[in-house]
Order: sequence, then C-alpha cells, then structure tokens
Amino acid sequence: MTINWFKYASPASFYFLAGRMIPFFIIAAVILLIIGLYIGFFVAPTDFQQGEAYRIIFIHVPAAWMSMFLYVVMAFWAGIGLAFNTRLSSMVASAIAPTGAMFTFLALWTGAWWGKPMWGTWWVWDARLTSELILFFLYIGFMSLQAAIDDPRRADKAGAIIALVGVVNIPIIYFSVQWWNTLHQGASVSLVQSPKMATAMLTGMLIMALAAWMYSIVMVLMRTRMIILERERHTAWVSELKEGVSK
Amino acid sequence: MILWIIKRDLLLAMRRRSDVLTTLFFFIIVVSLFPLGVGPEMNMLRMMAPGVVWVAALLASMLALGRMFSSDYVDGTLEQMLLSPVSLSGLVMGKALSHWLVTGVPLVLMAPVLGIQYDLPVEALMVLTLSLLLGTPVLSLVGAIGAALTLGLRGGGVLVSLLVLPLYIPVLIFGAGAVEASTAGMGFDAHLSLLGAFLLVSLVFSPWATAASLRISMA
Repeated sequence: MTINWFKYASPASFYFLAGRMIPFFIIAAVILLIIGLYIGFFVAPTDFQQGEAYRIIFIHVPAAWMSMFLYVVMAFWAGIGLAFNTRLSSMVASAIAPTGAMFTFLALWTGAWWGKPMWGTWWVWDARLTSELILFFLYIGFMSLQAAIDDPRRADKAGAIIALVGVVNIPIIYFSVQWWNTLHQGASVSLVQSPKMATAMLTGMLIMALAAWMYSIVMVLMRTRMIILERERHTAWVSELKEGVSK
Repeated sequence: MILWIIKRDLLLAMRRRSDVLTTLFFFIIVVSLFPLGVGPEMNMLRMMAPGVVWVAALLASMLALGRMFSSDYVDGTLEQMLLSPVSLSGLVMGKALSHWLVTGVPLVLMAPVLGIQYDLPVEALMVLTLSLLLGTPVLSLVGAIGAALTLGLRGGGVLVSLLVLPLYIPVLIFGAGAVEASTAGMGFDAHLSLLGAFLLVSLVFSPWATAASLRISMA
C-alpha cells in the first residue's frame, strides 16, 4: 500500500484537517492551563527568597521558551517553502510569526514586572533580556517585510530569506551580546539560577510550557486556515464552502 | 567580472559625487551632534566616542543601502544582469564591494578626525580606524541582502532599517568594543579577529543570499 505523504500539503485538504484538529488542541490547552495555573498558585510553595512574586515564572519562562522555539520553527517552515516551493509551508511560517512575537513581548513584559520587585528596576541590560529584545526586532522585521509586499508568493520567499538569515545570525548575536554584557557589567544584577527548585514549581512550569505549546498550535492552525481562505478565495472549493455556509 | 562591475559603479558614483558626500556629511553631522546633546565634558565624551562613531557609521551605511540596486533596477540594468550568463553572486559581490568603496571607505578615512573631536588617544584612533576598516565591508555585505529584499517596495527605506539593523548588532558590539578595550588598556586583538571572522563569513554567504533575494524580488 502506498501512502500519499503529500496529501495534506495541499491547502484545501489541510484546511479541513486543521479544522478537525483545532478542537482537540483547544481542549488540551485549556486543561493544561487550568492544571498549570492551579499548581502555580496553590500547590507550589512560596519561595523563601523571592516571596510570592516569583510566581510570574509560570508565565514568563514558558513564554520565553516558546518565543525562541517558534522562531526556529518559523524559519524551518519558511525554508521548506523556499526550497520545495510548497505554498502551505510558507503559509504556516507566516501564521507562526505573530504568535512568536506575542510570546516574545510577553516574556519581556512579565520579565519587567518580575524585575521591578526583585531587582528594583524594570529593565537591565542583561544578556538574556537584550537578546530577547533583539529577537523581538527580528520578528517585527519578518512581519513588516511580508506586510510590505503585495504579491503573496514574493512575500513568502522574501520572508523565508530574512528568517533564515536571522536563524544563522541568532547564535552570533546571542554570543556577542553575552560577551558584551560580561565585559561591561559588574555582577550587580544577574539571573542567578537558584540551586534547587521545588518539584511542584518545576512541574507547574513544565505544564504551563505544554499549555503554551498547545495554545501556539491552536493559534497557528487557526491563522493558517485564515490565510488559506484569503489566498484561495478565487478557487472553486472555497466558493463551495461559502455556499455551504450561506445555506 | 567583479572588477568590471566595481569599475562601472565607481565611475557612476564619480559622475554623481553628491551622493557620496551626503553619506559622509550625514556621518560627520551625527557624530558632531552628540557633544551638543550630552555636554562637552571630555571624560564622558572619551568614553562615549567608540559607540557614537560606530552607531553613526551603522546609520550612514544603512542610509546609502537604498542606492545599491535601485538605479539599476529602475533603468533595467539589473534585469540584464540577471539574464547574463555570468554568476549573479559574483555581480552582487562586486556591487557590495563598490558600495563599500563609495560609502564605507570615506567613513573609515574620516573617523580619526572625528575621534580627535572626542579627544581619543592615538592608539585608540588607530584601533577605531582598523575596526571600521574591517567592519564597514560587513555592513555593506549584510545590507545588500536587505537592499535586495526591499527592492521596489513602498517604504523600502524604513523597512530596510528594520531588517538590517538587528543584524548589524554583532559588528557594533565588537567594533566599538575594540576601541573601548584599547582605551581601557586591554588587548583588542580578539575583537579585531572576530570582526575579521564576520567579514569572511559574510563574504562567503552574503552574495549568495543576496543573489537569491534579487531573483525573488525581480521574479
């Protein structure tokens, strides 16, 4: 029996597949979010150094992880789209960008809220904060380049190149920022890893990370469906869909 | 082939000298504005000098990026270049290098003079010039990718800064870092070596990525 691996690479069939998958991921995201928040607020013990304020890590750390992970995933799909000329991969890449940028912003924002009570300042030029900020700029660059190009295929390919150039540059930027930071700054404030983390804290954080993951999948699938509809609006199957809705 | 395109672009630049001069004067003016903004205390200026000169160099070289392909794009030369049997990467390399000769080299030559404004010691002036000499070609090469991607887009000039400036950060860090290390009496070899490494990496990868971007933009 031969399997058609590329069946769902067609936007039309992916549209329906995504539509069937979304409810499951929504349920998973909601359940994980409730469990994660419950552990975060009621089970995890109060940190003896940081008090209650540390609880923002249940949002902050998953957001920071997702922001970096999503950029790589986005560049991966953009690269696939560029190499194999598959329309759907590029659509998925464009769909990932806003979610990734949102998580980057969330990581920066919650970091500032955590920094004020802990460090006494909203912002320090720490290596991690700075590279997260630069990552945010890279997301913005990708999205604004795609937004400026009217032809969607050209936008896909141009975005793919800038995403891939960004991926090559991210390690370079990260290490230069780290080195720059150690050269400039004394040990006034730094993210010192606490020697051990209570199991409940770690569990809560991991569950929240999974929830963020599920949420990203939901958002990306939904946004991909929107992009498919927008780009394929002249095709027969979309007009059939429209008639089906209006009936 | 590369030499031919460099010669052609230099000739074109010499016919329109004002373009070269505006970039240079932009650089001079930006650097001279900072003391007016923060005050004329020499100690502070000496500390700020490497960063100010480098940021101004970044902005000046970025401002000139729009010109790298746009006039060839408008009069159709770029299309002929894409159709020609010679390697597009080679052509792009030639264009990036001539862009550097026209915008980067004047900045390198002017930098020591501006350094004197900030009372930098002689050794720091030399390091500043060397770091700019190694760093500005990287700016032209990396910027070429952005210029190619934004070719013919509305608002291309602002867009190219969004794309390119984050990618310039490592060059800024090590370029300004080299000068700071020398004023602090530390070794600056490592910084310059890293700048050299960036130059080699961008020489290899940038023409290739720029050629791919040009094909996308012209398709």
